[in-house]
Amino acid sequence: MAVKLYNEPSPLETRVLSKRFGLPNSASLDTYLANDGFKAFRKAREMKPEQIVEEVKTSALRGRGGAGFPTGLKWSFVPRTSPKPKYIVINADESEPGTCKDRLLMEYDPHQMIEGILIAGLAIDSHKGYLYIRGEYRYLIDHMDRAIAEAYSKGYLGKNIAGTGFDFDLYTHSGAGAYECGEETALLDSLEGKRGIPRMKPPFPAVAGAWASPTLLNNVETFSAIPAIIRDGGAAFAALGTPKNGGTRLVCISGHVNKPGVYELPLGFPMLKAIYEVAGGIPGGKKLKAVVPGGSSCPLLKADECDIPMDYDTLAKIGSMLGSGGMVVMDETTDMVKVALRIMRFYAHESCGWCIPCREGTTWLRKILQRFDDGGGRQEDVSLLGELSKNMLGRTFCALGDAAAMPTISIVDKFAADFEKRLSAEAVPQTVMV
Amino acid sequence: MTFSPQLEARFAKMLIAYPEGCKRSAVVPMLIYAQDEVGAVTPELIDEVARRCEVAPLQVDEVVGYYSMLHRQPQGKYHVQVCTNISCMLMGGTELYEHARKKLGLGHKETTADGQFSLEEVECMGACSWAPAVEINYDFHHHVTPEQFDQLIDGLNKNGMKAH
Repeated sequence: MAVKLYNEPSPLETRVLSKRFGLPNSASLDTYLANDGFKAFRKAREMKPEQIVEEVKTSALRGRGGAGFPTGLKWSFVPRTSPKPKYIVINADESEPGTCKDRLLMEYDPHQMIEGILIAGLAIDSHKGYLYIRGEYRYLIDHMDRAIAEAYSKGYLGKNIAGTGFDFDLYTHSGAGAYECGEETALLDSLEGKRGIPRMKPPFPAVAGAWASPTLLNNVETFSAIPAIIRDGGAAFAALGTPKNGGTRLVCISGHVNKPGVYELPLGFPMLKAIYEVAGGIPGGKKLKAVVPGGSSCPLLKADECDIPMDYDTLAKIGSMLGSGGMVVMDETTDMVKVALRIMRFYAHESCGWCIPCREGTTWLRKILQRFDDGGGRQEDVSLLGELSKNMLGRTFCALGDAAAMPTISIVDKFAADFEKRLSAEAVPQTVMV
Repeated sequence: MTFSPQLEARFAKMLIAYPEGCKRSAVVPMLIYAQDEVGAVTPELIDEVARRCEVAPLQVDEVVGYYSMLHRQPQGKYHVQVCTNISCMLMGGTELYEHARKKLGLGHKETTADGQFSLEEVECMGACSWAPAVEINYDFHHHVTPEQFDQLIDGLNKNGMKAH
C-alpha cells in the first residue's frame, strides 16, 4: 500500500532525499535496501576517513538546521584521533516556526538518515550516536525506536554492521518542550540531563561536546543527504545546486498559498517560482506582501525583494538568511503588527533567561508590541522597537537573542506603514505596561 | 515507585545508553515518559528519577521548571494543544484557539472539573505546512477547521461532559 503523503508532490521538485517518499512501506529497511539503501555505507567503508570528509566538502552541503555552515568543514574539525570517545548527536529538535521537514525525513525514510549517521561515524571514528527528538514528536520517537530495532535485528546497527567490522550504537533521546534546545550547545546540556542553557564557545562541540568529548552535531536533513553524496559523488550533489550551495533541500512552504507543503527543491531555485508554481500561488489572486524566507528567525522580505534564487549567499547578500527552510508566505491583507507581536511572543516564551539582553529584550519588545496591537501605540514606539532589538544583536551566548531581534528590525523597517496606520487610526489612550 | 513493565524495560535500556557515570542524561526522557503514566511530575516521581539517575532531587526539580511539556499538576485525559504561531496564525489558528476556548470552556493551561480535557495555546509544533494544527496528547491533526475541532472533541467526549 502506498503511503499517504502530507501534500501532493510537485513536478518541479528534484527528489533526492525524498525520492523514496510515498513508496510502499518506505520506512522499512527492506524497502530501503531495495532502493539504493546502504550502497553508500559500503562504499564509504572502502574509503579513507579523510576521503569521506573530502567528498562531503566537495558536495558543498551546508547545515540544514539553519546556520548553513559547510558540513564537510564541520566534520573536519572533529579530532578523529582523539583518545576520547567521539559522539554523534542528531538534532531532531525541529522547532523553528515555519519548519516541518525533519518529521517527514524520519517518518518516511528513517534508514536513509541512519545510513548517513553511520557514514559520519566512519569519517570521525565514532561508534555511538544520540538522536535528540523534540518531545512533541513522540510518535516519531516510537517510529525511530522501531526503525532502530529493525536495523539492529538485520545487522545494520550494532556490532559488525553489514559484515564490515564496523560497530555503531544509536539511541533516541526525548526532549520535553524547549525551542532553545535546538541550539547545539543547549541541546548538549539537555542531553546531559540539565536545563537547556547555551554554552560559551569555544570550545566548540567538535572538541568538547557531549560529556566533554568530541561531538559531531548535525540536523536530520544534513545526515539524510549524506548517502546520496557518497553514493553518487559529492560533485554530482553539488551540481544540483549553485556554487557553494550544493544539492537540494526540503523547503516547507506555509501561510497564504494554495498548495502549502514540503517540497524538495535545488538550492538556487527561484523564490517566486516556488510561491507561484510549486505552491500554486496566493489564494484569491491576492498580492504578495511579505515572505519569511527560512524560519521565523530570518529577517522578512518585502514582495519586491523576492525575485531571487534561494541560496544561502543570495539571502545573506540581501540581509536575510535561508535558515531552516521554513518559508512563510503572507498576502496583502496581513497585518505586520500582529506578525511582529506573534513572533516576539514566541521568542519571549522561549528565551531561556540565561543572557539578560535576550531575556529582558524579548519581554520588553513583546510588551511594547502587545500595547501597540491593543491600540496604545505611540509614535516613538516604532524607533524604540528597532533600537531595543539592535541592542540585543550579538550580545548573547546563543543566537536566540539575534533570532528575536532580526525579524523585528526588518518588520519595523520594511513595514513601517502598518505601524503608522495603527497610530493614525486610533486615539492613543494612556496605558500602563504590565 | 514502580512503573509498567513496558516503561521499566524502556528505562533499563535507557540507563545503559549513556556513557558510564552519565546516568543524569536520562533525567529529561525519564521524566516525560514517567509523567505520561503517573499523570504529573509529583514530588515522589522527582525523588524516584533522582534515585535512578544517581543525582540529587534538586537536580531533577530544577529541570522540571524549564521544559514546557513537564507539569507538576495533572492535565486532562485529553490535553488539547492548539498552535497559534506564525504559520498557524495566518491560516486561522488564533480563531481556532478562541473557538477551542469556548467549546471546552477553558482558558490557557486549564483543565475541566471532570479531568477529561485540558487546553493549551502552544508554540510551533512542526506542522506549519498543514496549518492550523492541533495536537491532542501526542496525536497530530492538520488543517483543522472549527467544525472538525468540534467533531474531534465530541468523538473523545465519551463521559458525557457538557460541552459549552
